[in-house]
Amino acid sequence: MIQPSLWRVLEPKWRTALQRLREERSRGPGRLLILVLAASGFWLGVFGILYRILKYFRGVEDVGPLLAGKILGVVLLAFVGILVLSNVITALSSFFLSKDLDLLLSAPVDWLRLYCAKLGETLLHSSWMVALMAVPIFVAYGVVFRGGPLFVPYAVLTVAPLLVLPAVAGSALTLVLVNIFPARRTRDLLSIVALGAVGVLILLFRLIRPERLASPEGFRNLVEFIAVLRTPTSPYLPSEWAAQAVMGFLRGKIDLLPLALLWSTAGSFVVLGATLHRQLFAPGFTKAQEAAERFVRGTLWRRTVGVMLAFLPVAKREFVIKDVKLFFRDTTQWSQLILLAVLVVVYLFNIKTLPLHRGESVGFFYITLVSFLNLGLAGFVLAAIAARFVFPAVSLEGRHMWLLRSSPLDLRALLWSKYWVGTIPLLALALLLTGLTNVLLQVQPFMMAMCLVTIVGLTFAIAALALGFGALFPQFETENAAQIPTSFGGLVYMMAAIAVLAAVIFCLWQGVFQYVRAVYLGRPVVIDAWMIWWFAAAAGLCAGVTAAALRAGLRRMERFEF
Amino acid sequence: MIRLEHLTKHYGSFVAVDDLSLEVPRGVLYGFLGPNGAGKTTTLRIIAGILRPTKGRVFLGGDDVHDRPLSAKSRLGFIPDRPFVYDKLTGAEFLRFVAALYGQEGDAVERRISELLEVFELTVWKDELVEAYSHGMRQKLIISSALIHRPQYIVVDEPMVGLDPKAARLLKDIFRQFVHRGGTVLMSTHTLEVAEAMCDRVAIIQHGKIVAEGTVRELRAQHHAGGGDASLEELFLKLTGGAQVRDLVEVLGDGGERA
Repeated sequence: MIQPSLWRVLEPKWRTALQRLREERSRGPGRLLILVLAASGFWLGVFGILYRILKYFRGVEDVGPLLAGKILGVVLLAFVGILVLSNVITALSSFFLSKDLDLLLSAPVDWLRLYCAKLGETLLHSSWMVALMAVPIFVAYGVVFRGGPLFVPYAVLTVAPLLVLPAVAGSALTLVLVNIFPARRTRDLLSIVALGAVGVLILLFRLIRPERLASPEGFRNLVEFIAVLRTPTSPYLPSEWAAQAVMGFLRGKIDLLPLALLWSTAGSFVVLGATLHRQLFAPGFTKAQEAAERFVRGTLWRRTVGVMLAFLPVAKREFVIKDVKLFFRDTTQWSQLILLAVLVVVYLFNIKTLPLHRGESVGFFYITLVSFLNLGLAGFVLAAIAARFVFPAVSLEGRHMWLLRSSPLDLRALLWSKYWVGTIPLLALALLLTGLTNVLLQVQPFMMAMCLVTIVGLTFAIAALALGFGALFPQFETENAAQIPTSFGGLVYMMAAIAVLAAVIFCLWQGVFQYVRAVYLGRPVVIDAWMIWWFAAAAGLCAGVTAAALRAGLRRMERFEF
Repeated sequence: MIRLEHLTKHYGSFVAVDDLSLEVPRGVLYGFLGPNGAGKTTTLRIIAGILRPTKGRVFLGGDDVHDRPLSAKSRLGFIPDRPFVYDKLTGAEFLRFVAALYGQEGDAVERRISELLEVFELTVWKDELVEAYSHGMRQKLIISSALIHRPQYIVVDEPMVGLDPKAARLLKDIFRQFVHRGGTVLMSTHTLEVAEAMCDRVAIIQHGKIVAEGTVRELRAQHHAGGGDASLEELFLKLTGGAQVRDLVEVLGDGGERA
């Protein structure tokens, strides 16, 4: 019997992707323009930083290109690590939980075709972001080491097998895990392990303090750093082969062995992966259909949150309890708190390692300036956290809107519950971040009070913006909450949040500058009309944004159709 | 009483519901029939207050669903065709949550939850997350949730889909008793035997318009289908133009008899 082509097997997937593109295009050029601008900004940023570092290395004779090669090896190793994790999680969906599987498995499609199609799907889904990220990195290497136009196909030839290897390894690992645990529990387990691993990586990277590399006198440190890091030079690591292949080309000493190793290993991995798939897929798929049995009493939240909110009307109270339960029972949601905790530690560590209170005393002006900048940065961190946890709140209700809209629940109560469930934890985090950093910076009481009051206002505004934009750009079809903030609406929200942040900081600076000048010149600090006016403007801005965003969100929700 | 006045719903240039007027008196089980895409689900979702009509009004009792939504909805139980429930809540938690949406809590609600779970044979599953429920169990849970606040009106879209024969029979009995006690049910269904056996009155809808309305007996008399004792199926096919029988042999092939 003639087998359908791989292209045909994946037809529902690519046709859906094409349709999405068409829909995006029909919404006008504005979205595309914003996406292109954001992507270009990011690429240029990565390219610019790497270009400067590589240019510096290139100027150092003998050791320079060697270090550039080592850095490429480390970067590619990190990519491979991320790719393996990402492939493991994606393979679980594409091989075991995807909706097209029932159709494909009941059709006379042979196992090898199914494996290749699903491997391709897994690879594409989990690697596109890393591949895009690699572009400015390779461009920087190509430009600094003058690789010429031939470097482009050569780099593609090198990177392609490096994407195949983690896809096969990740899929195989998933296949084995699914045969041991039920698929849904495997997903829970993997999301914790993956985020834990990413968290540890970030923490390690930060504790090594790579900023020492950037200091002019840091060359000795650099060598020490590389030695301490013990850059993996194992001849068995594919990322090392890729780094060798690329650096060989860039230094004019083309060595085909690393390329041959990459391609032959990728080929044999696919063969081994297919063999494993043939043996384990059928029992694994059957097992994946089992749901994880989880009996839950659920009295904990009722006794804590329920008692605390006893003063609220029953509908609002139950709504809050429901949201808290859903969050903590969904491993893919709460496990991201691990990453959040790591980022907070890194943030505080960064502030602590600032050279402000070492040796001779640093000027009051710099401390105030850093404290002020810290406010902006804390606001940005809060905006990013709200993007992940508050922005998807309305979208996640999509499938259940039939219930909420057919019941006598006032939409304002729904929005109210979502707003406070998002804002209160955010507020606690905001106060903790700002308070602790200002203690570490040893700022004056005036700055401490100003920062704390501002961050409270900003948190209210940021949470309202996240919820409002989440309602204006809902993603009702997406089941995975983590994907919602990466949508177009998420991008627009982040831009709006940054604009509000900049405006509030601009207003505050007008008032704070007068205070700084007075202290600097040894004059008494006078709180005059000018200062009060700018502080009032900042407060008014926060309150206005909060009200406008919530109002716009509510209006949009009233017009939702399902 | 459920009353629809000149209900119209457009999706762009497509007219899903076209100037539809209907009155379902108190104590009546009303069947809403029609082919796929006729506008049944859209109509029911407008009645439940989920969709807004392009034109027209919906009254539940004396309350306009879109002008006085909270009062109207507090007396309504809606059962959708697709059972989307919060996967990470247990069955009992879901029912408690729905009761709260209707402003109800306390021991009376707990007793009602136990009662409904018992009736639908879900008691042993009550502390298990809904993600482990089958389609039929989710459907039973949604039906329970529509009954938890003791509504006066039930609007139900394809109630029998996914139910086992025992549960289907139970649901029929519940609906009959509900209307017997003065409640009102508006039910869309594809299962014509169910409509014929259960409904006091039926409306057949096509292209968003009602093409026939009355008791099954009245419809037979009006349309002279099958010489007066035709089944509802024959009547339905005659009214909706689905009676043109295709060449089934051509469609089905030779039944896999090829060597």
